[in-house]
Amino acid sequence: MAIEVRIPTILRTYTGGEKAVQGSGDTLTALLDDLDSRHSGLRGRLITDEGNLHRFVNVYVNDEDVRFLGGLDTKLADGDSVTVLPAVAGGAR
Amino acid sequence: MLELPQAMVDQVIAHARRDHPDECCGVIAGSAGTATRLFEMTNAERSPTGFVFDSAEWLRVYRDIDDADEDLLVVYHSHTMTEAYPSRTDMRWSVNTPGTSWLLVSTRSQDREVRSYRIEDGVVTEEELRVT
Repeated sequence: MAIEVRIPTILRTYTGGEKAVQGSGDTLTALLDDLDSRHSGLRGRLITDEGNLHRFVNVYVNDEDVRFLGGLDTKLADGDSVTVLPAVAGGAR
Repeated sequence: MLELPQAMVDQVIAHARRDHPDECCGVIAGSAGTATRLFEMTNAERSPTGFVFDSAEWLRVYRDIDDADEDLLVVYHSHTMTEAYPSRTDMRWSVNTPGTSWLLVSTRSQDREVRSYRIEDGVVTEEELRVT
């Protein structure tokens, strides 16, 4: 089972500069565990200590934001594409 | 120093005034430090005191910029009641966009108030905004 994961510039320090890496797993959680075994530290940038998706990142499965799918429990299938982006926010408050 | 064409600065100010009393937000892409394209983004929060890029729109814009081998040169947004200076929230979020100028517009009055900053390691440094 191969899933392509596109990594944003800001996280490429964890992938040796690679724009995209391959991973496997039947859920997003399993995929991130798998990736972390080869790209140590990546998981910690995406998931909080409490085990939730970090609000500083957007994760998409086949271009759908996983916050509108099943979050970290989102099911994955062979050939799916995962994209990670830094979220952009701010404001006066 | 951030150099922007007059038309882009005018567009940012017009966007801020159009979205007032909510904050507006957007990005400017560039190539070798030269501004090339401006993308007005949807503020998913639709708030007078905050902004969040709409996630689906951000994916399309990010990919467009990346595919064109351009860089994210500027993140811009407006403050509607306060000065055009980065807030603590801005400082916290700016770690996600290293090397990018944060352009702020204030719509608290009819005056044109637009300023540019670099935010690195929690330190805000204003940079010259040169309009060409």
